[in-house]
Amino acid sequence: MSKKKITLYASILAFSIIAPFAFPDFGTQLATLWLMIIVAITWDMTGGQMGYNSLGNIFFYGTGMYVAALITIGLTYDIGDYTSAAGGGIYEFTDLEYFGGMALGILGAGVFCSLSAIVIGSLTFGLRGPYFAIGTLGVAIAAGELVANWDWVGGGQGIALPVYPGDLDTGKTFFYFLFAAVGIASFLFARWLYGTRFGAAINAIRDDEEKADAMGIHTLRYKLYTWSMAAFFVGMAGGISAFQLIHFEPLESAYQTINLGIFMVVCVLLGGKGTLWGPVVGAILFHLFKEITWNYLLGWQWVALGALIVVTVVYFQDGVMGWLEHKRPEWFGRKVEKKVVSVSQ
Amino acid sequence: MDQVLGNIDLLFQFPIVNLKIILDGIMIGALFALAAYGLALVWGVMNVKNLAQGDFVIAGGYVSWWLVQHGFPPLLGVPVAFVVMWGIGWVVYKLVITRVIERDLFTSLLATFGLAIMMAQIMNLMFGSDTQSVDLGYPTLHFFDGFIDLPIAKLIGVGMAMSLAGGVIIFMKSSRMGQAIRATAQDARAARVLGIDTEKVYAFTFSLNSAICGAAGAIIVMVWVIQPFYGISYSIRAFVIVTAAGLGNLPGVIAAGLGIGALEQYGSHIFGIGYQQAVAVMLLLLVLLYRLIQQRRNRQVLK
Repeated sequence: MSKKKITLYASILAFSIIAPFAFPDFGTQLATLWLMIIVAITWDMTGGQMGYNSLGNIFFYGTGMYVAALITIGLTYDIGDYTSAAGGGIYEFTDLEYFGGMALGILGAGVFCSLSAIVIGSLTFGLRGPYFAIGTLGVAIAAGELVANWDWVGGGQGIALPVYPGDLDTGKTFFYFLFAAVGIASFLFARWLYGTRFGAAINAIRDDEEKADAMGIHTLRYKLYTWSMAAFFVGMAGGISAFQLIHFEPLESAYQTINLGIFMVVCVLLGGKGTLWGPVVGAILFHLFKEITWNYLLGWQWVALGALIVVTVVYFQDGVMGWLEHKRPEWFGRKVEKKVVSVSQ
Repeated sequence: MDQVLGNIDLLFQFPIVNLKIILDGIMIGALFALAAYGLALVWGVMNVKNLAQGDFVIAGGYVSWWLVQHGFPPLLGVPVAFVVMWGIGWVVYKLVITRVIERDLFTSLLATFGLAIMMAQIMNLMFGSDTQSVDLGYPTLHFFDGFIDLPIAKLIGVGMAMSLAGGVIIFMKSSRMGQAIRATAQDARAARVLGIDTEKVYAFTFSLNSAICGAAGAIIVMVWVIQPFYGISYSIRAFVIVTAAGLGNLPGVIAAGLGIGALEQYGSHIFGIGYQQAVAVMLLLLVLLYRLIQQRRNRQVLK
């Protein structure tokens, strides 16, 4: 790694640590920004690097929420009693029960989502292109509808988790750093992964799956592993969200197919598909756009968002990174030779 | 679980309930089939998968509802919605769709998804988020000691849906434009070589799709209710039907539409009304899986 790069990484890391203290009013927004970065990076693992455009990654977010919450509650109380009280009963959690349950819950959410990605993937990875997108979207919508009708996990009411024990502002900073840790971990993981043989194999699947298959790459296995790695991080992010939101319900906050489920795709397209930094840049730009329109265009924010999706997809599909790569190839380590015009006489 | 078994038991004890469910299902399915036929047209001719299909339906419903609010007779809503949605479809085509035809399919899917979000929200801002419907004021017929209710409005709706579908079929078969559309669907390049203005054909096809959806919506507002955010469920059903029937298979689309309408009614009867959306989505997944297994037998994948 060159010196320039080390300085860049160090300054970004330093900024991430200082940010919640420098801008205390924006604690929750900054935490959400990390959430967007996580889901964008993990979406790009399959969407950008492997060529499988999933619209159902939100399934792992929602499932992560539920698994984390159920593990935390189940370690201390009976889940059926807890959810049927719908927040009305008195259920105290000691600090150990809260933080211990949270740690186990978030990890458990990641592991569970990884495994479920393998199960769902072995059914859906036979679908290609738009069918894969529609199929995974169907899985996410169906899961939301089924959970909303499942009374044992709270049904349409959702689950109310205990509030962070301690100062509210400390809680905000605590969740910010949890998200930041998962976000940095997923970025470093993706950065490492794309440099390995594994990364080359999934790029081969994106470029031509039949040829990759013929070259002896066990394509299904690679696809399943990639999706389950992505699902691990999304599941953990969902688990953290569950504790941050305190109360969540299935259709609007857990399996929010047309909110976060589509935002992550737009983030990646905005930043640049199939690049390492694209999802990060896209998530930051998208989050800024969203917060600004939500504050100043209230009522019209969804129209603006839909327009952003259409414009990005139709006119600006290479994203910021693709545009930069076109304009400044030397930044990407590409040598460009000036065109020598030789006139033969 | 007991309730589910009880509901199934009911079907056997009172066979007349089956008839009621199937009748309801066919009536709903006829309207699904209209939206699905538009989708199959656009999908087959220009390879665009339109996720805003359901929002065109709802928009057509609001056109009709708006007319009734301003004192026009309700049945006028169907032709007016057809014309208005034709115009909206043309504008959408010129602004967005024409630029995604040549791209990969995920692009059109996502672009129309963005469009769907925009349309739903604009309708929400214009008409409010309450459910709306238009009352035709016709009586309801009763059969079998009140076991089966048959509102005349629904019969009129189904009749209009059928005549619209019939009209489109005849148009596609016999008119010059219909021939041009079919030629473009078979081979766009060859059609261009033979002097067909494919750009015009594409614009016409998309506008026609939008108009069919609009007319379907105008019928739906007479027999059920509409709401700005109901669009996605019609889009999902249109996808289920087209995926099940395959492209360019018009009788198949209609049969699949009627069948899915009936299956959905059975699903919501057996599992409870809360599962209606879930049943529709599960049907989509089952159809995809079935097609996948079918393809795998030939060592192919669903592309």
